[in-house]
Amino acid sequence: MQTVFSIAVDALAYGMVLFVISIGLSVTMGLMRVVNLAHGAFAMIGGYIASYAARDLGLGYGLAVLLAVFGTIVIAVPIERLLYRRIYGAPELTQVLMTIGITFCIIGIANYAFGPTLKTIPLPPGLEGSVDLGFRSIATHRIFAILCGLSVAAALWYLIERTGFGVKLRAAVDDAAMAAALGVRTEIVYAVSFAVAVGLAALGGVVGAELLPVEPYYALRYMVTFLVVVSVGGAGSISGALIACLLLGGIDTAGRYLVPEFGEFFFYLAVIAIVCVFPRGLAGRIR
Amino acid sequence: MTMVTMNDALEGSHRKGRKFGRDLAGLAVILGLAVVGYLLFPNNLALLTRMTAIALLVLSLDLVTGYCGVATLGHAALFGSGAYAAGIAAVHFGLTDPLLMLGCGILGGALAGLVCGLVILRAHGLPQLVLSIALIHLFHEFANKASSWTGGSDGLAGIAPDPLLGYFEFDLWGRTAYVFGIVLLAGVFTLLRRIVRSPFGMLCRGIKEDPIRIRAMGASPKLALMKMYAISGAVAGTGGALNAISTQVVGLDSLSFTLSAESLVMLVLGGTGSLFGALTGTIVFMFFEDIVSAANPFHWLTMVGVLLVAVVLFAPKGLYGTVVGLAMRWREARR
Repeated sequence: MQTVFSIAVDALAYGMVLFVISIGLSVTMGLMRVVNLAHGAFAMIGGYIASYAARDLGLGYGLAVLLAVFGTIVIAVPIERLLYRRIYGAPELTQVLMTIGITFCIIGIANYAFGPTLKTIPLPPGLEGSVDLGFRSIATHRIFAILCGLSVAAALWYLIERTGFGVKLRAAVDDAAMAAALGVRTEIVYAVSFAVAVGLAALGGVVGAELLPVEPYYALRYMVTFLVVVSVGGAGSISGALIACLLLGGIDTAGRYLVPEFGEFFFYLAVIAIVCVFPRGLAGRIR
Repeated sequence: MTMVTMNDALEGSHRKGRKFGRDLAGLAVILGLAVVGYLLFPNNLALLTRMTAIALLVLSLDLVTGYCGVATLGHAALFGSGAYAAGIAAVHFGLTDPLLMLGCGILGGALAGLVCGLVILRAHGLPQLVLSIALIHLFHEFANKASSWTGGSDGLAGIAPDPLLGYFEFDLWGRTAYVFGIVLLAGVFTLLRRIVRSPFGMLCRGIKEDPIRIRAMGASPKLALMKMYAISGAVAGTGGALNAISTQVVGLDSLSFTLSAESLVMLVLGGTGSLFGALTGTIVFMFFEDIVSAANPFHWLTMVGVLLVAVVLFAPKGLYGTVVGLAMRWREARR
């Protein structure tokens, strides 16, 4: 019972962190049809900025998170304007190469600037320790991560389903050319959603730093996981991504607890099974 | 890329003789480069042999990615399977004759190719990429777990190949291994030139351009792609076996995602859809890697990144494709 409970909490926290990071990837992939392997790199940049702000500048946790989100957006938007814009609509192979190239560059630069060591982001006293539930105690940070994931999901749902911007976004996802013909400034929709996606990646990178430690190879190590989530969930679908994160988080965490000697064997086996059965993702639409 | 392919196709149907000449020229270039490499780097033959093995991997990747349009980031699974098949045959079954080991490697690679093809060809686009990534990780974890057979993370050591043909020993300087590798590469290259020009090769190119049309014409895209995957696996397995024989050890890195990604980078750097492009990319990439990564591995990563972005932006046909394109334009301008 104890084990089941720990697995459930850890899986939930891990799944939520995955969700916060990869939902942006899912939205941009559904919108711009770009296989963006550099998404994890943006999460890593967020982690580095937060660590720098909190440890070296001595800022508070909240301020560090804000700085990380906006700093990453400031770094990423020029990259989108200069590089990504040229590969919209290009074959997958081209997109993979361009974005993997960007990832390599960011890894190299991050290592040059910050060194190869693990970076920690000191937690505020309110998030340290654990909360006692009477029969079991949970690390406060896990609860914080879960709450973050839930609020991001709720906010995104509101943004996409209930606002004018959401209408334009959905129109552009369904048919970019038609939306443009009807007067939607797709360029701006693209830029804004890219910025939001990158900001969320940075947020996830900071919040999840306890679970996915920040180091130069972060971008490469978790790139696959984020891609897997999007592909299992179906690009462009919030509910699909949420289900995929919980499912994959559960499989991965259970695997680590129960059969640690197999590493990620069962995780990838499950991925292959799911993708083979649902080639368009759990919530994918037919194109 | 399409232009080069179409040009190849046209020439293929019109001028058989010239094609044969280009085969011979290609073979001569490989052998010439091999001799130059031997004379320039007599103390670094291990690197050159490794380059030959990787060239076989990149050629085999070109078969599925360049000629069939399958996007894969897991091609090292085929290479590593060949390497482990050869290594296990030597260590656990006592098959230490290099040619027998090579046969085991080819068989192992082809089998892995069939398995990978079965899984990867089920999807397209992003899911296809994800499947290939999941596969290479699965192979890696499996090899790590089956440590009684593969040696796990310590690597499979103790491979002691007999003298080649009972006569040429694998010496400390790696001369035999180098010559063996070059002969293999030349043989595979000649064979592949024939295959990609055969009706079957043309069918594969057709599938890349338009699978629905090919099906409407009565051919089965899936079957052709599976066949190509098996051939590709045999080629990659040859490379793996060569690596196992020359280094006498097989490590888990031969089944890694990194190797898969690097081989894709090499292919695109040289130019997809052309065997010469695959060779060019391998040579340029590995030489640069040897020089720069010796200085600082992280600068190397940054440089590869910049190089990739530059290739995508300025030379989407790869180095070889761009040079061929320039040469053709020059020839037309002179006409």
